[in-house]
Amino acid sequence: MATSSRDRKRRTRSRSKQRRKKVERPPRQPMPTRPAEERIRDFQEVALGFTAELAQKEAQRCLHCTNHPCIEGCPVAVDIPAFIELISEGEFGAAARKIKETNTLPAVCGRVCPQEEQCEEVCLMGKVDEPVAIGRLERFAADYEREHGEAKLPETDPATGKKVAVVGSGPAGITVAYELLQKGHQVTIFEALHELGGVLVYGIPEFRLPKKIVHEEIETVKNLGAEIKLNMLIGKTKTIDQLLEEDGFDAVFIGTGAGLPMFLGIPGENLNGVYSANEFLTRVNLMKAYKEEYVTPVKVGEKVAVIGAGNVAMDSARSALRVGQGKSDVSIIYRRSREQMPAREEEIHHAEEEGVKFNLLTNPIRFIGNEKGVVEKIECIRMELGEPDDSGRRRPIPIEGSEHIVEADTVIVALGTMPREFIADTTPDLETSEWGTFNVEEDTMETSKEGVFAGGDVVTGSATVIKAMGAGRTAAAAIHEYLTEK
Amino acid sequence: MYKVVSKKKLAPNITRFSVQAPAVAESRKPGQFVVIRACEEGERVPLTIVDSDPEAGTIDLIIQDAGYSTHQLCGMEPGDNLLDVLGPLGKPTEIHNYGTVVCVGGGVGTAVLYPIVKAMKEEGNEVITIIGARTKELVILEEELKEFSDELIVTTDDGSYGIEGFGSTVLKNMLEEGREIDFVVAIGPTLMMKAVAEVTRPHEIKTIVSLNSIMIDGTGMCGGCRVTIGDETKFACVDGPEFDAHLVDFDEQIARHQYYKDQECKLTEEIDKLEQEKA
Repeated sequence: MATSSRDRKRRTRSRSKQRRKKVERPPRQPMPTRPAEERIRDFQEVALGFTAELAQKEAQRCLHCTNHPCIEGCPVAVDIPAFIELISEGEFGAAARKIKETNTLPAVCGRVCPQEEQCEEVCLMGKVDEPVAIGRLERFAADYEREHGEAKLPETDPATGKKVAVVGSGPAGITVAYELLQKGHQVTIFEALHELGGVLVYGIPEFRLPKKIVHEEIETVKNLGAEIKLNMLIGKTKTIDQLLEEDGFDAVFIGTGAGLPMFLGIPGENLNGVYSANEFLTRVNLMKAYKEEYVTPVKVGEKVAVIGAGNVAMDSARSALRVGQGKSDVSIIYRRSREQMPAREEEIHHAEEEGVKFNLLTNPIRFIGNEKGVVEKIECIRMELGEPDDSGRRRPIPIEGSEHIVEADTVIVALGTMPREFIADTTPDLETSEWGTFNVEEDTMETSKEGVFAGGDVVTGSATVIKAMGAGRTAAAAIHEYLTEK
Repeated sequence: MYKVVSKKKLAPNITRFSVQAPAVAESRKPGQFVVIRACEEGERVPLTIVDSDPEAGTIDLIIQDAGYSTHQLCGMEPGDNLLDVLGPLGKPTEIHNYGTVVCVGGGVGTAVLYPIVKAMKEEGNEVITIIGARTKELVILEEELKEFSDELIVTTDDGSYGIEGFGSTVLKNMLEEGREIDFVVAIGPTLMMKAVAEVTRPHEIKTIVSLNSIMIDGTGMCGGCRVTIGDETKFACVDGPEFDAHLVDFDEQIARHQYYKDQECKLTEEIDKLEQEKA
């Protein structure tokens, strides 16, 4: 009698169990992390990184499956199985160089990428156990290479004599610069602020992404010969047309991000003590308001309310805790429920560990100030979830009569950002969408204007570091082709 | 680096600087500003561009020593470098031939007014300039403004020079005398701009003011410079700095200016202490 399919399945399963047992794959290695009560008093990094021993143990977990879905899951297509193999062999520097073949900022991405929605989500190991900790391994390799002085500049092609202007020095711009410099093109980076890095320096806090690491990774583009122009706001100091016509650039990449903060548009929003997350984080990160010797002020009261529940909201809440030296009461106010919070699970978990409270299914309707025009209270309304809306998430509906007061002397509004208009306003032949983002060809990132490409948040609206880098890679390839044919 | 080329004291606490910033000098228009930073630990400070020389690649800034960062800036000497100069920022003044334009400047706001007076005159307007200060020694740019004004009136709060009183009162008297005025620009302390707005409101004369809101980046990112204009929120850095005076919520601006005063005072006390120790 033929064996039933169920039997066959059972046998296969037990065989594969045996095989797994024989190899004895270790469990996913946890990230060593500083205790919450200690870390909320300073801005030093929370996650400490793998030791070589932990990294090698984790690297052994990779199944080296034939389809390597992880590579496809990565917006910049890092050869993940190859670098993990190198780590398991103890070739840590080589592992970092393998990553850098397609990723300019591995120490940054190892820290801030949402791997759980990308490479790790599709990891085959994740079907039977927890996925391989790809992000942690990436961070380990990059940190090892940097700390051991093993970082080497990539080879560059002979000079082509072509000049490219990269506008904005966030993840997208840096990626474009890195790729094009390797192809032998001359690159000038224009940055409006006084430091390179864009959102990596003004937005993401030190305790999640140390600025020293950002600077060191960005240093590569300087060492490859990029010319850096700080304090240059394109659209104001110079226009795109001037770059092309007067300054002799052969192509322009616009990676100016989404810098314009959105507000709720409710009464009292201009009271003192109501910050946009951009302002609060810029004061703390870029202007280093938390350091005694820096002059820029920032205020954190006894009761801090952060509106929104994305990564920026978590960054704001956790920064507020630290500025307040752990003495402030910090809560997140969010109109949907926990399942819909857009922040990474890891960020939510860290915020909870640190004592951030979550005031869910609650929406502010009015800010109330004192006689000095400083916010004191927020009138909120309770919400319930209805049918899914356009975003696929259940729409929050106010519950009539549930208005109530939440005490707050500092409010941080973290509702997302939109692109600013300097370039669109001064470059009439650049097409934008109704949201102010640039319209581009998806496979080349070319805009409606010849020789002008765009990528990152300025095209998608606020998204992630790695998606901006992916767009940068696509644009760089298209710019190279454009310059070669030109 | 942005080198300080020259420095001139205009009043005991007001200094004029020429700074090398060629790209800004070339593209700036009246009414626009820069954000500057003196050193790594310093604040980003917004300052109106008073004048520029595109050939020399310089811009002129007038700084009133009024707190920690401006004190630090006023201490800079020719040959020193500013760490950062970003600009030109904000929308330029809408310069047209309006007819008769009255430009009212108060305190260091007179410096902000200067490029506008100049441009209004060059556009063919009849320009009446009223500048005010607390006392005689704080009156600035009188000669420079005279050159571009058909009429120049000086007021001092204490009567030590010119007319005793405020610029807004002088303007009010002119209107009551029946002078034909088509357009008013008022730049100075928020209370003074509010007073001018109230003087022109009943006469329905288009009036603009330039707001010196607190800001960090100056590029529309932080929103610290929010201002209520009519029933809308605007950012002074990108939508302004000039707005219709009859729509500005001045009381909100006054409150917003006060927010960091306590921290500023602490810093200023520290400077005083250091300077006393030096002496």
